Amino acid sequence: MSELEAIYAIWLREFRVYLREKERAISSIVSPLLWLFAFGTGLGASVAIAGVNYQLFIFPGIIAMTLMFTSIFYGMYVIWDRKLDFLKEVLVAPLSRRDVFLGKMLGGVTDAMIQAAVLLMLAGVLGIPVTSYGALMALPAMLLITVCMTSIGLFFGAVFSSFESFQLVMQFVLWPMFFFSGALFPLENLPGWLASLTYFDPLTYGVDAMRGVMLGMGKMPFEIDLLVLGVFTLVTLWMGASAFERMGKI
Amino acid sequence: MDAVIVDKLEKKFNGFTAVDKISFSMKRGELFGLLGPNGAGKSTTIYMLTTLLKPTSGSATVNGFDIRTDSEAVRKSIGIVFQDPTVDIRLTAYDNLDIHGRLYGMSGQKRKERIKEVLDLVELGEWKDKMVRTFSGGMRRRLEIARGLLHTPEVLFLDEPTLGLDPQTRRHIWQYIEKLRKGGIAMMLTTHYLEEADYLCDRVAIIDRGRIKALDTPRSLKGIIGGNIIRIEAREPQKLAEMLKKSGFCKAPKVDGAVVSFDVKEGGKLVPKIMEAASKAGIEIENIEMRLPSLEDVFIHYTGTSIRAEKSAGGGMMMGRRAHGF
Ligand SMILES: Nc1ncnc2c1ncn2[C@@H]1O[C@H](COP(=O)(O)OP(=O)(O)OP(=O)(O)O)[C@@H](O)[C@H]1O
Ligand SMILES: [Mg+2]
Repeated sequence: MSELEAIYAIWLREFRVYLREKERAISSIVSPLLWLFAFGTGLGASVAIAGVNYQLFIFPGIIAMTLMFTSIFYGMYVIWDRKLDFLKEVLVAPLSRRDVFLGKMLGGVTDAMIQAAVLLMLAGVLGIPVTSYGALMALPAMLLITVCMTSIGLFFGAVFSSFESFQLVMQFVLWPMFFFSGALFPLENLPGWLASLTYFDPLTYGVDAMRGVMLGMGKMPFEIDLLVLGVFTLVTLWMGASAFERMGKI
Repeated sequence: MDAVIVDKLEKKFNGFTAVDKISFSMKRGELFGLLGPNGAGKSTTIYMLTTLLKPTSGSATVNGFDIRTDSEAVRKSIGIVFQDPTVDIRLTAYDNLDIHGRLYGMSGQKRKERIKEVLDLVELGEWKDKMVRTFSGGMRRRLEIARGLLHTPEVLFLDEPTLGLDPQTRRHIWQYIEKLRKGGIAMMLTTHYLEEADYLCDRVAIIDRGRIKALDTPRSLKGIIGGNIIRIEAREPQKLAEMLKKSGFCKAPKVDGAVVSFDVKEGGKLVPKIMEAASKAGIEIENIEMRLPSLEDVFIHYTGTSIRAEKSAGGGMMMGRRAHGF
């Protein structure tokens, strides 16, 4: 019970900060809209994929992108937290590192889900026909994506002590993870070796699940997508929690 | 049971010994001081006692709990005011305290009452809904003290609570600390301000390069030096120094500008005699002062250096450490 309260306290702190830092929230909604507009409208005029307007095709991918980058940046923010010493106060409180991790993780998931929900609601305004059934069914996939990505972000945040190392991770892990997830283009046309690599990308399953329930264009069964994504999520949760347990003072 | 018992506690950073097998204990209700220059190992000691750092060897208990095997129980019993403020500038003062209370499992009503109490103690009641970003350094430190006290800890650690504050704010913080002492809480305070250790602490450990050089009440520590220190201001300090040596008042007076100083066994009897001898020799004395030794003198006695000199020399090193971000 008291453990839940402590996790709640950590979450609450993150949430209050989120409410006060409106710039972060606004920019994370504006940039996906920009992507939708630039790619969807710009390319959409001349490109259609599997008979579907391109803007429609990438809509689930853009939501996945929002979830992914909001979550990852949130997690990496821990580096900043440590530099500014905010974390010390939490680390000296009577709760386990695992609970600190869980509270933080839930804080990141909340931020990302709020942003994705705003995008989903804007679908109608943008003329993207997503049924409320489709949106509702997409929720579990969205949730898994953000838990998985926040955990990855927190893992890197706990392991690294500088933003320079973050740049490297960004170049060699995060961008490839995003580009080869099928968020922006179908994966069928990739060369064989690259196509098989995409099976090791958790985002692939997230995007496929969302596209499946929203547009009926899934390559794999929805349940399989969720199952594989779930396994990835468990692994990253474990990685994040153990990185927090090992994290040194400050 | 003592509030803190430290037994041969040691911390090495890649072969460099920051804390060198120190042992001491701190009683309940005591205000215990760790006095030492920059880099002496004060913060490292506090970090180990508050379970943020694992010791390389040795052991310690806080409030009866082992810092190595029972760290959660230790953390429940302590409050800490960090050297560099850790209050969250992105939140209001109230929110900072509210979250802290929740982290320590304080229930709603009790938390609210206690937040009001500690805010009043540090006189931040009117500021409770302001963002900490807008607070001055002194206000942040006061908020940090309030937060350290919120959950009524058994032992409070204060790591340089007045570092970098103006003299007025420092006095203010001393007042809070005195108020707390009356409340009976055990406190461990680190400082490199001699007056602070002297004025506040029941007992002081002088720590230098990771070792405890002396540990006693400020009064007894000063008693070790014994006698008095005499300080004379004169127009012709050199001439005065010569005269003092010749007349056998002292062996080696120190001349610093217009001031001649030296220590003696019993100053009281000597002062009139010096005055007389000086007027006979035609040396005009502008001011004569006799004082008991200060902790500064004790510090020099034990470490061979002045804490002030060390301080300015150590500043750069400290900055370097910060810049590398631990
Ligand atoms: N994480 C670390 N890695 C390496 N060396 C460290 C680390 N933390 C402290 N040190 C070194 O250990 C020594 C003691 O540091 P500590 O911070 O305990 O000193 P201090 O007495 O608190 O000094 P100050 O008055 O500057 O706060 C210093 O020489 C410092 O450089
Ligand atoms: Mg220190």
